[in-house]
Amino acid sequence: MSTNGKPKYKVIGTRPIRHDGVDKVTGRAKYGADIRLSGLLHGIVLRSPHAHARIVRIDTSRAEALPGVRAVVTAADIPPQGDRMVELGEGAVNMRHLSANVLAHDKVLYKGHAVAAVAADNVHIAEDACKLIDVEYEVLEPVLDVLKAMLPDAPVLNDDVRTDVMGGSPAASDRPTNVARQIIFTKGDVQAGFATADVVLEREFRTGTVHQGYIEPHNATAMWNANGKVTVWMSTQGIFTARQQTAELMRIPVADVKVVPMEIGGGFGGKVSVYLPPVAAALSKKTGRPVKVIMDRSAVFEATGPTPASYIKIKLGVTRDGMITAGDAYLAYEAGAFPGSPIGPGCMCVFSCYDFPNARVEGYDVCVNKPRSNAYRAPGSTNAAFAIETVVDEVCQQLGIDPADFRLKNGAKEGVRRVDGPVYARIGMLETVEAIKESEHYQSKLAGPNQGRGIASGYWFNIGLKSAVTATVGYDGSVTLIEGSTDIGGSRTSIAMQLAETLGITAEQVTPSVVDTDSVGYTDVTGGSRVTFATGIAAIEAARDIQRQLVIRAAELWEVDPSTVTYVDGGVSGPDGKRMTFVELAHKLPETGGPVIGNGTSGKATQAGAFGTHCVDVEVDPETGKVQVLRYTVAQDVGTAIHPSYVEGQLQGGAVQGIGWALNEEYWYDDKGSMRNATYLDYRIPTCYDVPMIDTILVEVPDPQHPYGVRGVGEVPICPPPAAIANAIAAAAGVRMKQLPMSPPRIMSAIWERDAAK
Amino acid sequence: MARVFIPAQIRDLTDGQEVVVVNGTTVREVIEALESIHPGTRERLCRDGQLRPGLMIAVDSSVASSGLRTPINRDSEVHFLPAIGGG
Repeated sequence: MSTNGKPKYKVIGTRPIRHDGVDKVTGRAKYGADIRLSGLLHGIVLRSPHAHARIVRIDTSRAEALPGVRAVVTAADIPPQGDRMVELGEGAVNMRHLSANVLAHDKVLYKGHAVAAVAADNVHIAEDACKLIDVEYEVLEPVLDVLKAMLPDAPVLNDDVRTDVMGGSPAASDRPTNVARQIIFTKGDVQAGFATADVVLEREFRTGTVHQGYIEPHNATAMWNANGKVTVWMSTQGIFTARQQTAELMRIPVADVKVVPMEIGGGFGGKVSVYLPPVAAALSKKTGRPVKVIMDRSAVFEATGPTPASYIKIKLGVTRDGMITAGDAYLAYEAGAFPGSPIGPGCMCVFSCYDFPNARVEGYDVCVNKPRSNAYRAPGSTNAAFAIETVVDEVCQQLGIDPADFRLKNGAKEGVRRVDGPVYARIGMLETVEAIKESEHYQSKLAGPNQGRGIASGYWFNIGLKSAVTATVGYDGSVTLIEGSTDIGGSRTSIAMQLAETLGITAEQVTPSVVDTDSVGYTDVTGGSRVTFATGIAAIEAARDIQRQLVIRAAELWEVDPSTVTYVDGGVSGPDGKRMTFVELAHKLPETGGPVIGNGTSGKATQAGAFGTHCVDVEVDPETGKVQVLRYTVAQDVGTAIHPSYVEGQLQGGAVQGIGWALNEEYWYDDKGSMRNATYLDYRIPTCYDVPMIDTILVEVPDPQHPYGVRGVGEVPICPPPAAIANAIAAAAGVRMKQLPMSPPRIMSAIWERDAAK
Repeated sequence: MARVFIPAQIRDLTDGQEVVVVNGTTVREVIEALESIHPGTRERLCRDGQLRPGLMIAVDSSVASSGLRTPINRDSEVHFLPAIGGG
């Protein structure tokens, strides 16, 4: 559905076959593990068996003496970082913490923390050598829960962490703490708002530690050449941030590092930080040979950033006729070993779907003995949506108000001021609710007992940042397009389509490639739902650059003034009815000066946010607590869908990941801080047996900040599922779930509690 | 005159004012003007002449891609917010 008069496009909105499709379905696409180089060595990382311990001593001599071992590295082989913050595109990073995460300095802060690494002739020798590295630990008490970590007597992970209170510190003390940051937002008069409410509900929630669940493990192959230049082949969401992180960690110039992107088998936010490239580079520097390091699945779980577990308390005030009067939220997110949870966006998103006249939000970033948390689709927003959307549903239930109508009454729209301050531009929250309300799904009847239906909404900002594109016109009328946005979800094609639309040619005439950091202009990460928006703008600019050059070439051929020539409808038009198509003119480029190369950049544009509303039907087995998802519909404000199949795929993928987060996924720790389910056998992500077809409704509210109205689509769809499912479970079984995942044991406990209370 | 929305945690420096109206043609000038009226605010927002790590600026509800150099109109709103990273 489209809310505005949608322009007529020739390429945008069609569904061409993706340019990289054949290579991927035939197995010819090259991933990081496929790298083969002459003299290649294999690296294995030794990881901590303890969640919290001081490293007393590391002795690598026995490992180094093993035949076939070529080098062993520890943190001593990574240059000291000092006390410095470095801007890495999506935000500033504390280099000392990043370095200590790559190879532990004086402490290990989570089980699986990298301690040393070996390069050997093969992986078996490297594994054997790791067992010969003697590490003496002084084991410390771990802290694994966000609220316990906030207590004054909790074990403290990092000696250099103080609570950042908007550039200051609490007056109380200058002692190290696990509480790295406090955030507070206020709007209006919260007390007065609650005083006018007829219903005030306060509820507490917990969410578990969850992994992004990408199929391809982290990998990196590094070659440190004799001239000091380093090349890294890897799977990453951002070649330029990987380059900068590697260069900064090794204290060498950025220009001395080249990152070559391999195909990427999923990322979802988890492949922005580097773990292996500096280790592989250090091993290569010592050996003078290329070194490949690949994580196994357990290392991926135990040592790469999951999304944080959290504690959230919500208080909501509503009048009898269903108008929100006030809200109060308290959020504490686990940062893992080092500061940096997505508490900021969590606080900004928690009330973002509604027009709150009065509200207060307080949030904390808290270190615990788990791997350093990292982004996962709309980082921080899903936790918050689970809490607020569950409370909204309970209020609707108490007041007898249809939850869709409640959202239509209170939903955010253009002109509404968020609790954190900014005012919404043109957004589509209400349109997504209307789409769900009018859907056949929402209007249908449930088919049997123990079934229930729930809806929930979610929000994500979407970001802009910087991108660069170069496009070259071939003499045959083809265009080669090179970009620096690694392709996670089909973005090569959606970028190519925007270039094709602007030039008035077909998507098939464009051949897009993602190239290395030496071959294209700086481009920020593939994340924040930014690529189709920002790299798309760069491609449009490159196409316009080509248009300008082709106008001059045509004028030269026609011997007329360039001002009398225009580029229109896939070709050039001049005086007296002169006309050449793009292909016809391309054939004549050799006689008018040769190549035409268009360049485009994007760096100033920012996106309006995007909203989604989901509807789900579930059946709860009252004897086992198993929840079966029966039917699922996603309505999302997608701006303009460049390639509808990819947009639908993002919505479906996000929903499925949200379903996993809701029902099954959770890091399961023992009391010593050891994850007990670090394989896909025990960490259960949904399979095709667990989910029905995810129906999608594309609500097209164009973003005025993009020439074709693109909005990012990749992150919003993970936000609503846990709350929508919790609300459906409440309708089906009469129990309000307040902890994720809503696994069978937790459902049964809630049912037994419900029965005991009767 | 730009309207600067004061983050809750530094309103003790602005006598509790949530919004302070100041002159300035860039964010940097706005912060300097704020500092002249309410000493101590600049240090809480900036470090070494740059915006503090972990913060971002929104001008008229859009993320300011030019940081402290971002132009300010006479009726602009300026917000200081937590930086956002996506997945």
